[in-house]
Amino acid sequence: MNAPTYNFAYLDEQTKRMIRRAILKAIAIPGYQVPFASREMPMPYGWGTGGVQVTAAILGPDDVLKVIDQGSDDTTNAISIRKFFAKTAGVATTTSTEAATVIQTRHRIPEAPLQEGQVLVYQVPIPEPLRFLEPRETETRRMHALAEYGLMHVKLYEDIARFGHIATSYAYPVKVNARYVMDPSPTPKFDNPKMDNCPALQLFGAGREKRIYAIPPYTSVVSLDFEDHPFTRYKFDAPCALCGAEDSYLDEIVTDDKGSRMFVCSDTDYCEGRQAAGHRGTQNAAPHKEGAHV
Amino acid sequence: MQSLDRALQPGFADKVLSAQATFRTVMEAMARPGQVMQVEDGVGRPPSMMAGVAAIALTLFDQETPIWLDAPLSGAPDIGAWLKFHTGAPIVADPALASFALVAAPEQLPDLRSFALGSADYPDRSTTLVLQVASLSVGPMCQLRGPGIDGTVSLCASIAPADLFARLSINEALFPRGIDVILVDGRSLVAMPRTTRLAAAGG
Amino acid sequence: MYVAVKGGERAIENAHRLLAHERRGDRNVPELSLAQISEQLGLAVDRVMSEGSLYDRELAALAIKQARGDLIEAIFLVRAFRATLPRFGATEPVDTGAMRVQRRVSSTFKDIPGGQVLGPTFDYTHRLLDPQLAMASDPDAPALAEASHAPTPRVTDILGQDGLIEPSPQTVEGAPVGDLTRDPLGFPAGRDLRLQNLARGDEGFLLALGYSTQRGYGRNHPFAGEIRFGEVEVEFFAEEIGFAVPLGSIELTECQMVNQFKGSATEPPCFTRGYGLAFGQSERKTMSMALVDRALRARELGEDLVAPAQDEEFVLSHSDNVQATGFVEHLKLPHYVDFQSELGLLRKLRREFAEANAEPALKEAAE
Repeated sequence: MNAPTYNFAYLDEQTKRMIRRAILKAIAIPGYQVPFASREMPMPYGWGTGGVQVTAAILGPDDVLKVIDQGSDDTTNAISIRKFFAKTAGVATTTSTEAATVIQTRHRIPEAPLQEGQVLVYQVPIPEPLRFLEPRETETRRMHALAEYGLMHVKLYEDIARFGHIATSYAYPVKVNARYVMDPSPTPKFDNPKMDNCPALQLFGAGREKRIYAIPPYTSVVSLDFEDHPFTRYKFDAPCALCGAEDSYLDEIVTDDKGSRMFVCSDTDYCEGRQAAGHRGTQNAAPHKEGAHV
Repeated sequence: MQSLDRALQPGFADKVLSAQATFRTVMEAMARPGQVMQVEDGVGRPPSMMAGVAAIALTLFDQETPIWLDAPLSGAPDIGAWLKFHTGAPIVADPALASFALVAAPEQLPDLRSFALGSADYPDRSTTLVLQVASLSVGPMCQLRGPGIDGTVSLCASIAPADLFARLSINEALFPRGIDVILVDGRSLVAMPRTTRLAAAGG
Repeated sequence: MYVAVKGGERAIENAHRLLAHERRGDRNVPELSLAQISEQLGLAVDRVMSEGSLYDRELAALAIKQARGDLIEAIFLVRAFRATLPRFGATEPVDTGAMRVQRRVSSTFKDIPGGQVLGPTFDYTHRLLDPQLAMASDPDAPALAEASHAPTPRVTDILGQDGLIEPSPQTVEGAPVGDLTRDPLGFPAGRDLRLQNLARGDEGFLLALGYSTQRGYGRNHPFAGEIRFGEVEVEFFAEEIGFAVPLGSIELTECQMVNQFKGSATEPPCFTRGYGLAFGQSERKTMSMALVDRALRARELGEDLVAPAQDEEFVLSHSDNVQATGFVEHLKLPHYVDFQSELGLLRKLRREFAEANAEPALKEAAE
């Protein structure tokens, strides 16, 4: 039987070259979705195959990798992807946002500001921001070519007419470098302002849909809105119950069957860092404890 | 093949890791236009090809990337054979078909419109121009702005053709179509993607 | 006091250990061998090879065993392995006209040169459960006869001699054939890419789409011109020696549908073709594929595009079961960050709705 042997970071060199060329074009045309010949990865489509291919194409032995899902390093899919690279590339891993050179993420941007030299790799399920308004690729490609984004503004305005607000709370569309409308991946709109003028390079990989796109450092990223209905960031009513942070995105934890709830930071590294520095919330929990998870 | 092998200069000592390191340098350069980056030392190359160009070729070229060579490079017998052996990339005579164009005599650079500029639907299907220049450390200063640049960045360089920035101004009107440029001086390189604009010249 | 859940890594390891245990099942029952799967679940192996795009019975059997009989999971395993294999080149086109047929039927002629051959088929079996199979079975040896050396030309080739059917498109010498596993699929797609997509496509999806064309959603009046199953030689052109060398033989099923004729001011009416091909014996797949291939030629043949099976972008974008299952099943990954965003918005909208509707009541009470 053909016993499998695998290359550094899993992908063969020809595949890496193809992805690397796509990444360079993506950086040169901010927000434009570059088609690439996405490979079949040893994990399911929709589970980060695009992000994994981008990470595999850029990762080197000196990198320090952080992987988060829902802001947490300890969700099962984040663990699974981190282990994949630790095994196939022998790369050092970390949970610290500051210590990481490459951060692969699903659904969040870390709370700690990103730095020059860091690369944030997003896993993207549906890269086309116009897809839910127009399912045909042939049509949406033409709209991007002509910068014809009226359909998106109509959709957002219909929300306002109906609800009094733009009723999009995540995967909130942005315009990059005043040209391409782009899907930021399903991050909460709370995170959108972090993309603007960010010192780090942001790369987006959609494996199933076979697209790579990018935001270079220090590039303008504007959330779509209207003069009379400006973009607003989601604001929580209470601080984090563990670290007391008032500026972070919070998870709602249901604590009993009577409907009791508490709110804690979704970014576990940020929360633990604050607690280690002495910050306390109302629950005052000690960090880093092993919970029951069988 | 044996005799060819002996006659040719080598490429990367470690194909996998050197390609990764070079790519990160080029990616960083493309993400930070105007900033001078260095590829690692020790890449094998034909004598008339600069180390930075050789490293880019070994990292990014293969059977799927048609390459256009300017007259001095296409005239040098070892360049084509070296590229063919190490990358497998086809050499094309028509610059409009090229994924990459290598230019050793940039003062004779053809009209930029003769290269692939991409289409409105697929602006990524464009030529990346790799120019060997006299210096990326001494020469007239210019200031650049655009995505990847925090405000403006200064670059001191001796670049041919002298009107390169004027020629690249077609990128403004063409965007998102356009041409991306990498300038190479020895192991140093500077990228100027199609979004980079000249903020000020002089000095 | 609340403590965030940790220990996901151990949970994953334990889950995989339990999965391996469940896959083995009762250890008093003898373990399945790959040969047993390959020999006795041969049609499952054929499907995994076809949709996995890799002709290797042993690996397909391993994948089926590893996947606990979940064929889409097995196809996924084969595809992921295939993606890492180096490529040496493409073989010469196989000649299905020279197939050593084990089965060959045509619905368009009573008899054909080389004859109709029923071969191993479920057709005309009465679908009565056979209790004897619950025990060790020892079926009769197959009936034997002198092998016929009569050629078995393709029915479509016979029709083609009189120009009654459109010619099969000929490959242009040296022209590249598309490969959607190496280049991203764009639209409109050439027939080479469409057929590759359908050959890898999910049997159930193609079955439903093919069926829909029969029920009037893009009807194209099909006749099963011929279905044949058997062995063909695979040859590889070796540049060093300058001629094609045989690599071995593979089993294929081919279906050629003969469809309603068309004509124009300049061309006389003739029958048109729909084509299906799969590894192993896969008649349902190849027949469905041929129906959908023909439906997807609607634009080329100047037909109205009215039905799902004619919609190239719809069909090609949703036919791949590895893509489909990944994306459907990814909904079980945590989405609580987005859900929290939606919860916040919904609460806000409901609060505003309640306030807006409470106002008149308050006013009334005050008056």
